[in-house]
Amino acid sequence: VGLVARAVEAAGIPTLSLSSAWDITYAVRPPRAVFVNFPLNHQLGKPNDPKLQRRILLDALRAFELFWQPGMMLTLPYVWDANDTSWEEQDYGPEAQLYGVGRAVQEGFVEQKLKRA
Amino acid sequence: MPIAYIPRTRERYADYSPYRWALNHSAPWAPLTKPLRDCKLALVSSGGFYLEGQAPPTDADTPCGRIPKDVDLAELRIAHHGYRDNDADHDPNIVLPIEHLHELQAAGVIGEFAEWVLSFPTIYSQDKTCRVIAPHVVEELKAMRTEAALLVPV
Repeated sequence: VGLVARAVEAAGIPTLSLSSAWDITYAVRPPRAVFVNFPLNHQLGKPNDPKLQRRILLDALRAFELFWQPGMMLTLPYVWDANDTSWEEQDYGPEAQLYGVGRAVQEGFVEQKLKRA
Repeated sequence: MPIAYIPRTRERYADYSPYRWALNHSAPWAPLTKPLRDCKLALVSSGGFYLEGQAPPTDADTPCGRIPKDVDLAELRIAHHGYRDNDADHDPNIVLPIEHLHELQAAGVIGEFAEWVLSFPTIYSQDKTCRVIAPHVVEELKAMRTEAALLVPV
């Protein structure tokens, strides 16, 4: 989506990308990016934790107004689990499982779960 | 510490020719000329979200789907070839903060939440992303007179 962000920005619309993959985002270099060190696809936090999600979104929007030059990337200081960093080894690591190939539905989605908190 | 996804990808797909990641040393820039509380903000996601009953956005199909901002989250579906767990199925707000943007509009943090949420699945072709998806997203954003865009990569 970084490439899309660059195209949108080039068309004159300011963008902010909310990433959880630091190295990929830094390589693609979207105009503005906020990084949250959470498992992929969990940029705004944990499911059913609207307070956390809202705080992260508010921080990201504040950063949107703060950035002053292209390519800036801010890391937000949120920690997924202070007592357990094992997700970092599992997420997309050698042991990772592939998911959601093709189609997923909310109810009865029974594919194997990653070993996450 | 951030996870090094590029080396992990290289390791995982060691049997294939290495993926050439997009590498840029500079970025385009459109200054935000007014505070977000006065801006119309659009949400764009590469999470492959679509509505129940719609054709899922796929590589060959529609480059990018439109979801009305007033969608019932229970009607959202995901078509994405990437790996994922089912957290986003249970609470799409973790990657698609629709409920929060409604709240932030009501609270005056953003001026207006744009009427269509745009979503497409991540594809590995940079060429197609730039030639097909990106211009389509730009067109949709311009049609909504979007003044700022929040993009959430998946």
